Amino acid sequence: MSENTTGNWPLWEVFVRSSRGLSHVHAGSLHAPDATMAVRNARDLYTRRNEGTSVWVVPADAITSSDPDSKGGYFESAQGKSYRHATYYTKSEGVKHL
Amino acid sequence: MTEQTTSTENSVDQQHFDTLIADDSRIEPRDWMPEAYRKTLTRQVSQHAHSEIIGMQPEANWITRAPSLKRKAILMAKVQDEAGHGLYLYSAAETLGTPREVLNEQLLSGKAKYSSIFNYPARTWADMGAIGWLVDGAAICNQVPLCRASYGPYGRAMVRICKEESFHQRQGWEILYELSHGSKEQKQMAQDAVNRTYGPALQMFGPPDADSPNSQQSMEWNIKRFSNDELRQRFVDMIVPQAEALGLTLPDPDLKWNEERGHYDYGQLDWDEFMSVIKGSGPCNVQRMQRRRKAHDDGAWVREAAEAYAKRQMQAAAEAAGSADDNEEVSIVAGRASAELIGA
Ligand SMILES: [Fe+2]
Ligand SMILES: [Fe+2]
Repeated sequence: MSENTTGNWPLWEVFVRSSRGLSHVHAGSLHAPDATMAVRNARDLYTRRNEGTSVWVVPADAITSSDPDSKGGYFESAQGKSYRHATYYTKSEGVKHL
Repeated sequence: MTEQTTSTENSVDQQHFDTLIADDSRIEPRDWMPEAYRKTLTRQVSQHAHSEIIGMQPEANWITRAPSLKRKAILMAKVQDEAGHGLYLYSAAETLGTPREVLNEQLLSGKAKYSSIFNYPARTWADMGAIGWLVDGAAICNQVPLCRASYGPYGRAMVRICKEESFHQRQGWEILYELSHGSKEQKQMAQDAVNRTYGPALQMFGPPDADSPNSQQSMEWNIKRFSNDELRQRFVDMIVPQAEALGLTLPDPDLKWNEERGHYDYGQLDWDEFMSVIKGSGPCNVQRMQRRRKAHDDGAWVREAAEAYAKRQMQAAAEAAGSADDNEEVSIVAGRASAELIGA
């Protein structure tokens, strides 16, 4: 993480697990000087009404994302591969539990 | 890169953007977007954030004088929510590329605008009721359609905000209900607060459609879903029966049911006053800005201390990593810190 001047704290992305058995889901972001403060602020900001049982914070600049300029092309490879889905296989219609 | 390639690329980008808008899909932070779209949204979302932050002041003014411990707790929770709304919205605005300290500076320097409703004073406890019922009520009316705004982070922030606003409106309505069912003086106090707040609350939807030149573009971009006048009408139709249930009147002699339109007609609002408050001549413009700047300055030592602490912790962690093998105690501390980070 880089050096920061006052009021220019790093950005943290916040993920909240809304209840046991569910994944953490992105809730938003916040600025904080360090991870401990980020977790505390995330609790105050994103879970004022029992919205969470657990919070993750991740430095925003630690996240690597898929190529934003590909306009979906990056994810198109599955098209034309309908055989990856169960619905592709029709011979078994009427056969139970299959 | 030649100029021609750039313009071809831009038009492909533009086409992709137009398709997403036409499909009523969402634009996400790293998508290409027209500069004007980015600029409009940055201004709208940050002004919205500033309004939440400045909007804490009229009510914070009454926390220490709330009539009971219960009312005090409720009011504190509401004001805290408004701070939260400001932060959700700054977080959304930042995804458009303008850093937080720039947004903050725009507010503190007076360069940025915020909703002019907050430049009116909260004179009595009944104003806590009128603000919650009418100001938060108008905000909800405005914000519910914004949950479907085409810019993803803005829409998501609005969903979060709208969930919390209904508590704000109801607690305000209930304050007025208690007062209007109390003594004669209390009822009068409630009526006075409603009389003061009604006009400015209706103006929260912005100028009449004919005088709102930017609305059309925002509607084409699916940022705005309904016109200012449509939303204002919707709000008037909602609050008339709510006022009746309170046993209070709305200060508008022209307010009456129009059978033909199926809506309430309402009178002209004072748009000259509205413009003069926006331009800085409202009763509290100066006070609100002074208060905000003072709060920012008074908090400087807290920010500095937190930063100094963070820096020292980082240094300690770096030193510990350097001699981790021969310093068991420090590595346990570091291990605990990272466990907290991943919520283990
Ligand atoms: Fe709010
Ligand atoms: Fe509110």
